Formats: sequence, C-alpha cells, structure tokens
Amino acid sequence: MAVKFPDFLVTKLDWVANQARANSLWPMPFATACCGIELMATASSRYDIARFGSEAMRFSPRQCDLMIVAGRVVMKMVPVMQRIWLQMPEPKWCISMGACASSGGVFDTYAVVQGIDRFIPVDVYVPGCPPRPEQLIRAVLDLQEKVKATGTVNAREFAGRSAYEGPTGLARQIAPEDTMMVPGDFSTATRLRD
Amino acid sequence: MPSWQETLTETVGEAAFTVETFRDNVRCVVPDRHMNNVLTVLHVYGFDYLVDVTGIDYLHYPNATDRYGVVYSLANTETGERVFVKTMLNDPDPAVQSACGIWTGADWMEREVFDMYGIHFYGHPDLRRILMPDEFTSFPLRKDYPMRGRGERHNFPTVTRAEG
Repeated sequence: MAVKFPDFLVTKLDWVANQARANSLWPMPFATACCGIELMATASSRYDIARFGSEAMRFSPRQCDLMIVAGRVVMKMVPVMQRIWLQMPEPKWCISMGACASSGGVFDTYAVVQGIDRFIPVDVYVPGCPPRPEQLIRAVLDLQEKVKATGTVNAREFAGRSAYEGPTGLARQIAPEDTMMVPGDFSTATRLRD
Repeated sequence: MPSWQETLTETVGEAAFTVETFRDNVRCVVPDRHMNNVLTVLHVYGFDYLVDVTGIDYLHYPNATDRYGVVYSLANTETGERVFVKTMLNDPDPAVQSACGIWTGADWMEREVFDMYGIHFYGHPDLRRILMPDEFTSFPLRKDYPMRGRGERHNFPTVTRAEG
C-alpha cells in the first residue's frame, strides 16, 4: 500500500527550525587538554557522533553553532575563548566538557580559571576527568532536547538573558589576606569590542 | 689541557668563585658582580651549550642566607662535562648581568626567570613576560605569593547570553 503524503502541512516555523538545528549541531572543538582526545574519539567510527548529526567539526567559529570547551582554560586563554564565542553566529550553544572546564578540576592555581561559566554562558556540563565519549554523546542529546524545547526561529529566547548566569562565588574562596593588592587590568587583553 | 677550575683561577682569580660537589654534580657559586666574567671564561673554555637558566626562592628554606638563586646549567658538547654556575641575589633589587651576549639561547630562559621570580637581567635585549599575561603584576613562583593567586584569574569581563 502506497503511503499518501499530504500536499501541504501546517506547522510552526519555530518547530521546523528547532528540528533542523537540533539534528545538525556543528561543534567548534575548543580542545585545550586531554578532554580533547576524548572529543576526537567521540568523532571516530567506534562512537560516531555523526549518528546524531554533530560530526561536522569546523575550525572556524563562523561555521559552528556549538562550542565544546574540552580541557582546562588558563588566564591567557580566556580572552581567546571569549572572542571565539562572540565570533560564532546566533543561535549558539556551549558544552563545558570535563572537570577542568566546569570547575577548574585539580588545577586550583593562580593561572587556571575555576570554571568557564564565569565568563561565557554554558548550556550543558559534562562531568568526568576526562569524560567518556558516551557522556559527551549524552550531552549532545541533552542539548538537542533543550534546543527542541526552548529554541525559536530567530533565536529570540536569548535576547532577554543579559544578566550574569554563572556561579555566585568560588567554592573554595581565596583567603582575605591573599586577595589582590595590585589589580592588573586584564580587560585590555580580551579585546572584546572595537 | 687545564681544567676549567684552573682556567678560572688564572683569569678571574680564586676569590671570584667557590666550587662544591654533590655526588657527580659540580657547582660553581659566584658572587653576582663576577657572574658575567665567569660565564665568559667558561664559554671560551669550551662550555658551548647553555642547557638551562632557572631561579630558586630560598624564602623559609632552612639555614638559607640569601633570598634568590639563579642557576646557569652549562655543558661542554666536546667532552660531555657539565657545571652548574650559581649566584645568590637579594631583595630589594635582585638583578644580575644577562648572559644573552654569551649564549643567544639565554634570551627566553632569562625572560622566564624574570616572569616567575622578578629577577632583572641587565643588558637583556627584550626583558618582557614570557608565560604570564603582560598585565600580570605579581611574580608567581616567589614563595610569598599564594598558590591560588590574588584573584587575577577571575579578573575578566563576563559575556552574557544576550551579548553573544
């Protein structure tokens, strides 16, 4: 029996856009450490993230809509990370892969940022040191669910979120006698604008 | 051929250095004002390879009399002989003559020592920070600098969702 398709169907543009976007999340591999190796393994034939439409890793942020931060991020890398994030076209999402990207991990030192969510928005966190490829695939699936549930065709769901959404304070605070006496002006290194 | 100790005694004098040995390591401790002469003589003698330049902070170190040490590891590629030339420096202005004129390879290694310990090298062609950001104001490997820093690591602007 031949299946009869209708000549037209009625749906919402948001739904169509969400289906298209969720099933073709193109990752920007921001891999700085050993999590990057697991990220590469996720793309390999054994785990094959292509099954979920995310195999097209692009090394230009202009062609990506999903940034996967895999590995520890140090002070000098934060401005680079922020620039890459700002260069990605909307709508875009971010996965913080591994303990170091999410919280600094074991690197509680002067140069390592204690979680990238202090500086850029993060949608999905993946625990693990490093996480297994299955965990990253789970994160992509979770993100697909999030895109399908909250996405809009012109990405207007992001417009109102102008407040800081990161953690409130360090879990392990720096002692008051150790806080900075000579503040450095690091905003010049970020070169976010002009 | 005379040994490098004999050559040094002839050229810069016995007062300019003391030699210590520990197992098979030979160390030559030199006052900072004689450092450049001693390194020049050793280079002419045959120590043609500068293996490493590194710094030490002796704060809280038992029985230490000086605050900083700067160590030049030299090797003779003809004979395989090695020597560690060490000088002791103190606050408020730890500084020593640069070895860039003798071994060009000292350039980045001395920049690293400057970056981590704040030890200045006179006559260095380009003494800037090499690892830490240019805006960084502390010297992180000094022992009086806290391991977690002084909050510099979180001194960045935040990118919000609406901005991005």
